[in-house]
Amino acid sequence: MKLVTAIIKPFKLDEVKEALEAYGIAGMTVSESSGYGRQRGHSEVYRGAEYTVDFVPKVRVEVIVEDMDAGSVVDVIVKAAQTGRIGDGKVWTVPVEDVVRVRTGEKGATAL
Amino acid sequence: MTTLSTLATADTPFTDSGNTAWVLAAAALVLFMTPGLAFFYGGMVRTKSVLNMMMMSFISMGTVGTVWVLWGYSEAFGPDLGDKGLLGNPFKEFGLHGVLSAIYGYTPASGGTPAAGGIPGSAFVAFQVVFAIIAVALISGAIADRAKFTTWTVFTVLWATLVYFPAAHWVFAFSGYAAKTGGWIANGGGFLHGHGAYDFAGGTAIHINAGAAGLALALVLGKRIGFGKDPMRPHNLTLVMLGAGILWFGWFGFNAGSALAAGTQAAGVWVNTLAATCTAMLGWLIVEKLRDGHFTSLGAASGVVAGLVAITPACATVTPIGALIVGLAAGSICAFAVGLKFKLGFDDSLDVVGVHLVGGLVGTLLIGLLASVNSPTGLAGLKMQEGLFYGGGFLQLGVQAAAAFTVMIFSFVVTYIIGFALEKTMGFRLHEDDEDAGIDSAEHAETGYDLGNLFSGRMGAHGSLQDARHHDEEEVKA
Repeated sequence: MKLVTAIIKPFKLDEVKEALEAYGIAGMTVSESSGYGRQRGHSEVYRGAEYTVDFVPKVRVEVIVEDMDAGSVVDVIVKAAQTGRIGDGKVWTVPVEDVVRVRTGEKGATAL
Repeated sequence: MTTLSTLATADTPFTDSGNTAWVLAAAALVLFMTPGLAFFYGGMVRTKSVLNMMMMSFISMGTVGTVWVLWGYSEAFGPDLGDKGLLGNPFKEFGLHGVLSAIYGYTPASGGTPAAGGIPGSAFVAFQVVFAIIAVALISGAIADRAKFTTWTVFTVLWATLVYFPAAHWVFAFSGYAAKTGGWIANGGGFLHGHGAYDFAGGTAIHINAGAAGLALALVLGKRIGFGKDPMRPHNLTLVMLGAGILWFGWFGFNAGSALAAGTQAAGVWVNTLAATCTAMLGWLIVEKLRDGHFTSLGAASGVVAGLVAITPACATVTPIGALIVGLAAGSICAFAVGLKFKLGFDDSLDVVGVHLVGGLVGTLLIGLLASVNSPTGLAGLKMQEGLFYGGGFLQLGVQAAAAFTVMIFSFVVTYIIGFALEKTMGFRLHEDDEDAGIDSAEHAETGYDLGNLFSGRMGAHGSLQDARHHDEEEVKA
């Protein structure tokens, strides 16, 4: 199994979620996050005093999938989240040793 | 029954019901400004100090309201000590003794026949206390995030007693109104040589006074940890805008209520108060757009307050065009003045100096240029001249400056002494660990917001209520 993690622009969440559902993904975990890459932060001005805000709001989407789906899921996310402008985010994949469904104790792919 | 009806008939010829109703309503409007100020200031600090910031305003309602009833009113408006115009006798009308049955607004000298339009003494008491409360609360913005709350509470009592009540006596106590002899600034005493400096609703007594006091306390307490380095962004600008809106609303009571009657003067003042605030907002925003590139919501809210501050002394003595000029000047000058603290290196956290001291000076001094017979008062019965722009010469400008700078220096010096004494005895500055962790949890054992999923409601009740009860029991046993 693989854990696919995507950091995307917050307003792209709905499109990514719909694309994943259309592909057949049954669940996901979403959290608010913040950070920066090449986009860097932005500046804000309060009563003439300029502040640099380093961390830009992002959404983190995590999906665990079977090995054979990993490549396609990454493609689905990238396609849905892309605007072509700086700050679109990142998607990465890491191997997962095991997964347990808390309610039943099922393990592995059946727990997905 | 007979007593009641006798009282009622005795009352009727003396008090004017319209005037009384307006002054009481205006007093309530002005009281509402203090919670408005709490929002205005509270939104500007960081999340970890919003409650403390709001509590600094709220506590002054509790303390100043109490001392007002006890000795404050008597000190500000009671019979003058030695007829010098410096201070009312704090003991003569202690506990409002004899004030509730008094009627103000007519001259007993006119053969004992009262003129129309009087209001009950208690209405005047109500109207003036809310000024005292907000004057004290205004100072708190200069020392955000870092003042021990107990010490601040003691400070509110000391400052009201030693600084505000005397200044209010100088500026607001007209001879023959509440007492035979009033304050020296209002009545042209002292070195003013018979020329009254005019401060209709409190540019000197409140805004210059609170601004100078804020500067003194900011110097006594020192800078916040990380001042000039860490981002100290306002955490909730919607609260700031709500607060500015409440302040504007309440300010109509502040200024138009200061006519102490419901008539042409109050209405004219109302219009001037609106006019100046409009141009002040525009002035501040134009400066920001040209200098920083954006129209900010904080700029709009700040411009509103700067305009209100500046028109406060001037609202009764300038024309509506004059009011537009006062506002434009105040909005644009204050937009620059708020940057001074970074250049001069003092941490006036929420710009009490840049907005209230500077705005108060702008309004008070502009009277010397713009005072006109076509104003709401028409300058009738006032010991003052038309402004420089209307051919009145430099005299009124000089008188206004003398009053403004006297109040400013008096306030700065006495406040510095009070603050310094409190720092050396009780300690005024919060411990730096508490400041880092946040003054809300350190001083009030509360946090302002419970918005996150993890620690709110049913998801995060980590055994707390039982622990809290247990804690109480332990304390009782001890």
